[in-house]
Amino acid sequence: MRILRHRLFWPAAALVTLLVVNTIANPNFARITIRDGQLYGNPITILRDSAPLMLVALGMTLVIATRGIDLSVGAIMAVSGAVALTIIDDSPNPGSVGTVVVAVIVAVVVGLVLGVWNGFLVSVIGIQPIIATLVLMLAGRGVALLITGGEITTVNSAPYKFIASGYLIILPIAFFIWVAAVVVVSMLERRTALGMLTESVGINPEASRLAGVRSRGIIWSAYIASGVLAGIAGVIYASNTMAADANSAGYLIELYAILAVVLGGTSLMGGKFSIAGTVIGVMTVQALEKAILFLGVPPAQAPVFFAVVVVVVVLLQAPRVHAWGRAAGRRMGVGAKPRTDDRKEVAA
Amino acid sequence: MDGAEPLVELEGATVRFGAFTALDGVDFRMFPGEVHSLMGENGAGKSTLIKAITGVLPLDEGSLTLAGESVQFATPHAAQAAGVSTVYQEVDLLPNLSVAENIWLGREPRRFGLIDNAAMRRQASEVLDGLGLDIDPASILGSHSLAVQQLVAIARAISTDLRVLVLDEPTSSLDTDEVAELFRVIRDLKQRGVAILFVSHFLDQVYEICDRVTVLRDGALVGEYLTTELLRIDLVQKMLGRDVAEFATRERVVEPDLPPDPFLSARGITSAPGIVDADIDVAEGEVLGLAGLLGSGRTELARALTGIDRPQSGIIRIEKSEVRLESPRHALQIGVVYSSENRRTEGLLPELSILENIVLAVQAQQGAMRRIPLARQRELAMSWIDALGIRPSDPDRKVGTLSGGNQQKVMLARLLALSPRVLVLDEPTRGIDVGAKVEIQNLVGELADNGLAVIFISAELEEVLRVGDRVAILREGRVAETLTADSLNPDTLLALVAQPDLPEA
Amino acid sequence: MSATDATTTTSSASGAGAKGMIGTFTSRYASVLPTFAAITILIALLAGAEIYFGNFLTGRNMSALLLDNAYLMVLAVGMTFVIVTAGIDLSVGSVMAFTGIFGASLFASGVPFVIVIPVMLLSGVAIGLLIGVLVQYFNVQPFIASLAGLFLGRGLAYVVSLQSIRVEDPVLLWLGSTRFTLGDFYIAPTGVIALLTVIVGALVMHFTRFGRTVYAVGGSEQSARLMGLNVARTKVMVYVISGLCGGLAGLVLTAYTGSGYPRNGIGTELDVIAVVVIGGTLLSGGRGYVLGSMIGVFVFGTINTIINFMGAEQSWTHIIVGALLLLFIVVQRAIVARSDRSR
Repeated sequence: MRILRHRLFWPAAALVTLLVVNTIANPNFARITIRDGQLYGNPITILRDSAPLMLVALGMTLVIATRGIDLSVGAIMAVSGAVALTIIDDSPNPGSVGTVVVAVIVAVVVGLVLGVWNGFLVSVIGIQPIIATLVLMLAGRGVALLITGGEITTVNSAPYKFIASGYLIILPIAFFIWVAAVVVVSMLERRTALGMLTESVGINPEASRLAGVRSRGIIWSAYIASGVLAGIAGVIYASNTMAADANSAGYLIELYAILAVVLGGTSLMGGKFSIAGTVIGVMTVQALEKAILFLGVPPAQAPVFFAVVVVVVVLLQAPRVHAWGRAAGRRMGVGAKPRTDDRKEVAA
Repeated sequence: MDGAEPLVELEGATVRFGAFTALDGVDFRMFPGEVHSLMGENGAGKSTLIKAITGVLPLDEGSLTLAGESVQFATPHAAQAAGVSTVYQEVDLLPNLSVAENIWLGREPRRFGLIDNAAMRRQASEVLDGLGLDIDPASILGSHSLAVQQLVAIARAISTDLRVLVLDEPTSSLDTDEVAELFRVIRDLKQRGVAILFVSHFLDQVYEICDRVTVLRDGALVGEYLTTELLRIDLVQKMLGRDVAEFATRERVVEPDLPPDPFLSARGITSAPGIVDADIDVAEGEVLGLAGLLGSGRTELARALTGIDRPQSGIIRIEKSEVRLESPRHALQIGVVYSSENRRTEGLLPELSILENIVLAVQAQQGAMRRIPLARQRELAMSWIDALGIRPSDPDRKVGTLSGGNQQKVMLARLLALSPRVLVLDEPTRGIDVGAKVEIQNLVGELADNGLAVIFISAELEEVLRVGDRVAILREGRVAETLTADSLNPDTLLALVAQPDLPEA
Repeated sequence: MSATDATTTTSSASGAGAKGMIGTFTSRYASVLPTFAAITILIALLAGAEIYFGNFLTGRNMSALLLDNAYLMVLAVGMTFVIVTAGIDLSVGSVMAFTGIFGASLFASGVPFVIVIPVMLLSGVAIGLLIGVLVQYFNVQPFIASLAGLFLGRGLAYVVSLQSIRVEDPVLLWLGSTRFTLGDFYIAPTGVIALLTVIVGALVMHFTRFGRTVYAVGGSEQSARLMGLNVARTKVMVYVISGLCGGLAGLVLTAYTGSGYPRNGIGTELDVIAVVVIGGTLLSGGRGYVLGSMIGVFVFGTINTIINFMGAEQSWTHIIVGALLLLFIVVQRAIVARSDRSR
């Protein structure tokens, strides 16, 4: 029964259920084939395609843990993708690895700068996170359009295309990128004290201040991380399409990222966060998207399903629904067992 | 007036929050045309009683009668409809709307279904004039001072058929002139036969305006008295009570006389609101008790000394060199730590573990990037769990699940882990059981014996005397006197705490 | 300011002292100042454009300004209600797209306008009601609840049709293409609808108990409840109104473009929030004007037109609007910080 109480139990159960349902509905879903020593199939596609959302959701997790939110991630993706592709497009030698390395570095640095800007507005000026990041969400795509000159810049560069669609040994590069990002962020949060201090700021900013926590720096760092990760996500997205589309790059990704974070069990009220939960959440969103596709629904109509998921998830978290659940439980004689209650108050 | 029928009568009122009884069988009555005061320290049950009368909280037991009729108010609005209105310290009006709207909101005069703004302003003017107030009814409420906002709240209350007016600490952020204006209005309402409940911790004001006093302590009724028949010192004694729990009087190591060179020395600390020109000295190995009534500026002084709030003026010296405490972080760095009276809102992080709560401050000092190794964290936490006897001793348990006394110990452990030199404890024993209380008192003594300079704040005078080597007496934001604990007993300390301040020269 | 100070301020105001008049003015109308700032910016933009281009302030141009942004104006009215209660509605753009394409498909299958138009408005209302109920009764943050509305609206729009649908209904075409002219100026029925929406919105906000309760909820929900105002109904109603405006905007846009298109209004929610804020509505709630939001729409539209005139990249519009938004937010932040201090 202990496992039932683990905070990742329900998110993981939801994911597993979804995968099982998909597989039963269509046995092809789980099929993995090997071609030229490389794995293919739906599960692999999910692992590869989740890279942009995973990176964005990772950053969003940190921001949400500080009681914040970052709406500008999609716009940052558009900007960084536009920067990378424009650099490659303008270079005399778009196919060279050197050009691509420069392009990627510059694009990620642009993401970092935009993250610094968001963090500055929130932690120094003290603007509400929703509003502060709204500014960039609005203006960011305009900037991306300016960079691309209002057109969809199409680029031919093998090394750049490799980022999204290449394979390393048997698995896609994009998969390795997000795994690396998850590992680095986890290490950064859990091997340093950043994670604990972030949680303390998110749970109670005033108590943290009195304990000497430098919350400004911690909040700022979360937005910087979010900016950097969105920058990398933009690079991958652009590499996938090989076209800098300032309007559709990262469109609605902030909302999917928030959904993934919430599905992973991190509360929008800030405080305790779980990177593993976010990974599960992102996988769930991706699997859901695939499932919708498998049902023969046009991808454009997928938002209806996501609307239902959002409503169900928020209802499951709503206190009123919990109260109904308890009342129903009592009527049926199952009862909220005192087991959970007696753990609450342990006297001296 | 005693012959009159009471307008409000509360009998055997009991309110419980889970296992905790906030109000225990209290009888309370109010007469028309009389100002009644409710007195008691923090946690005495004053605000619970007010909430029970005004429909915010239901009574678990007991009955409420209004003008002879038994009533039950389900909501504050139901109470208002019956003529019972409340004006809170934090005015519950809408700062973004006009004065006239704040008076008439929900009952606006209408013409053809639309609000008649001109009529509303005119009627608001009439109400304000009736109270002798010259306030522009079209002005936005938020553009006025808190005092004016309170008067507008009263105007809203009397624009209905007002019978009972509850004023909950209305004067705590008003200056002398504003208080005089408020009292003029209160006397006016008294003439009209309104029963007024005036809650304030300023004794002078209570004696100036109130006819009758009810004293509560620990949720129970102490008694009801006429102000004219109750001496000030007796009132304070009834509020504070005498608690004869067993405490070991601590052996005093240091000479209790004013130490030759204080470790921390503060001069002329002024901090709004509440602290005026306060001087404080505390030496290593000494416990300085801070005694004062609620509202005397105990907490404000502690916060000004520890970098939580920045004082407007004054000098703080540590080991004779002047320091400016820029932030709590800076104060912690130089070893000046503060434990808030509000464990819940300013202390603990309930969703984090005991371990994390204990190491938090040390880790914050180290910086986010230099994490204390897990083994060292555990060792640190365990050593404090053992030293302070935190139960359960499982460092991974969430702090939110601990009892109050253990939570307080976790708070202390967090601060002590910093190896502080000055420890400022704001009511560390409030709301915890007697056993934990004694443990914490003894611990404070031990800490001082080990060379810490401790400032100990408590509402309980016995406790201050027992723990403190010297006692600083605060009255109305000033340090009135500092005396050795040996030269005081609870009675003399009580007299000093309760003494009215002489009018300023 | 003490009670006695208040007395002196008002009495000297009646004495017509310049300082006293300013005192009375600021104590009465301080919250209008951001809207005045927006008006100033609008005048400066129009004057600057006229000086620069010489042929900017023409009847044609000004008429187009209203007509091109009629749908934005309708949405901004609804959003103003929501933001004044300190909420937010992200769903407006996709609600507009959904009701637009839904209406277009009904017209295309020959349903008469007396049925189609109410159905369009009611579908907007339904989504608004869903958001309002989630916010009020299930304590869902407005941001998240309206996010569900955004997904729902957009998805349903694509469920109706993946392509655009032309509308041939004479009534709708009349709405979009009729021109009432006055000299150089003209207005279409859609422009009339937009202006009527603004007028009705402003009247409701300022002269009904519901409207005043909207402000009360934004000022302090708890105080409003203690005063016995119907907070729950009000909070649900503002989202319903926003949904209704979404439906109306769908109608206006369909009439304006002569077709329904499921990709309409992508990102429009941001434009709407921006124009409402630029028009002087505080995102923290409690202050704001429907008329201010109209000014905000004109500022937005003028910037758009100027950029068109200059032949510059259309994307500059969003960059400039973003910068303006930032400016207003920082100024609002300063105002709030100052009023916090003065209390």
